Amino acid sequence: MAAPVGTGARAEDSGHEKQDFQEKESVIPERAEEAKLKAKYPNLGQKPGGSDFLMKRLQKGQKYFDSGDYNMAKAKMKNKQLPTAGPDKNLVTGDHIPKPQDLPQRKSSLVASKLAG
Amino acid sequence: MGLLLAVGLQSGVADIISTVEFNHTGELLATGDKGGRVVIFQREQESKNQPHRRGEYNVYSTFQSHEPEFDYLKSLEIEEKINKIRWLPQQNAAYFLLSTNDKTVKLWKVSERDKRPEGYNLKDEDGRLRDPSMITSLRVPVLRPMDLMVEATPRRVFANAHTYHINSISVNSDYETYMSADDLRINLWNFEITNQSFTPDIVDIKPANMEELTEVITAAEFHPHHCNTFVYSSSKGTIRLCDMRTAALCDRHAKFFEEPEDPSNRSFFSEIISSISDVKFSHSGRYIMTRDYLTVKVWDLNMENRPIETYQVHDYLRSKLCSLYENDCIFDKFECVWNGSDSVIMTGSYNNFFRMFDRNTKRDVTLEASRENSKPRAVLKPRKVCVGGKRRKDEISVDSLDFSKKILHTAWHPSENIIAVAATNNLYIFQDKVN
Repeated sequence: MAAPVGTGARAEDSGHEKQDFQEKESVIPERAEEAKLKAKYPNLGQKPGGSDFLMKRLQKGQKYFDSGDYNMAKAKMKNKQLPTAGPDKNLVTGDHIPKPQDLPQRKSSLVASKLAG
Repeated sequence: MGLLLAVGLQSGVADIISTVEFNHTGELLATGDKGGRVVIFQREQESKNQPHRRGEYNVYSTFQSHEPEFDYLKSLEIEEKINKIRWLPQQNAAYFLLSTNDKTVKLWKVSERDKRPEGYNLKDEDGRLRDPSMITSLRVPVLRPMDLMVEATPRRVFANAHTYHINSISVNSDYETYMSADDLRINLWNFEITNQSFTPDIVDIKPANMEELTEVITAAEFHPHHCNTFVYSSSKGTIRLCDMRTAALCDRHAKFFEEPEDPSNRSFFSEIISSISDVKFSHSGRYIMTRDYLTVKVWDLNMENRPIETYQVHDYLRSKLCSLYENDCIFDKFECVWNGSDSVIMTGSYNNFFRMFDRNTKRDVTLEASRENSKPRAVLKPRKVCVGGKRRKDEISVDSLDFSKKILHTAWHPSENIIAVAATNNLYIFQDKVN
């Protein structure tokens, strides 16, 4: 808590405030934990537990499958033998014929990646 | 508490158990797992020759309930994991249960066959067809006893009714209807009609603009006696009680249960840990119990502004919320159960611990479900978590807790002191010590 530089009386006031705040933080462990989290992830959403979490919960199970890639790769297969499930499962475009099982789960940009048990 | 526990039986189950449920008599215990299978255990009959074998549950039937699916239209992978199993009350010799994954509810009939017909005219005992021209006389097939066979057949499939993920199913006390709840809607079904649920949905909290979404439905249950009443809980820690007699769409609740929050206590985690993961009516129908991340609360249906009882499950986790958020454990959904007389409530925790609270004596106990600590017939020893300060010999410190060992699903026999505890992929059954 930044205390404005001022007269002696002002500094005393803000000292009291700072002490109250610290006491409050130690009394409520959640606040201390929140401070830890914000220190690690400064860009964490402003809304506490808001709709970001809910949207992620609703989108559980989303796996993207591009039929264009699938058909392109299938066409290429006619010319040369290619392994279908390549060693690199992240390669889902180009020569590799993706199957739903091969697709990686869409990674979230938030810290919490799973909401459903 | 009056409950001394002895280990009756423990079974290894192949996949992670995702739901556990006794039937209405307690004779059967069903488990669903992550692989879409249902395993039903049956209690051994009391026998004068072996009195100590009373209470053991053995495998009665196993079947594959759901398979994994891929919805190509929505690019959605549908897990086969069984989210919930609910039994129907028994009305004839067969048993019926509902099992559901994220999208589809199925009604299964489990029946016994102990006779088979023999002496067909047109086919012999192997099933091969006989030459009709060789048949000179007719006989009447007879039923002969055979080894008991338990078969499970799907009788109804209730599909394509949920856009979001089903979290609850509940059978109505009228035995004719049941509800299924997903994140935003609750559907009412008639057991006989599978191609549609009652439309419109009985609850729909989807906002016109999804950007305005602030809460989701987390659990729902019918009142045990009043077929027109049900409750549903939300991710914001509230419970709504609805009466289906008032309107076809119950978007206006009859009662709204919420505990006021002290705004000075609010933190980033407040809403997440207040999200209710389970709601259960008491057997009497007078109370509801809710489970949020750190507590279990009992509410009187006649008092909406606060719970009548609050029990701390593992309050020591309050100082661990940052790491529990990072490893996603803060989103774990614990269930809670009543005992038959509504005097004791039980819920799970981490490190394979589970907790019981006696509502009358106000005493509580922490027990552990693990192979190392449970020899058959041994009495379970109470456990204790040490919160800072000196750790006594038998205690375990908060930092030593294994958060991958979580007990999310438990069940209590409807009338006796027999409990089933699912610890990852192991099922433990404990019962009162019988002298």
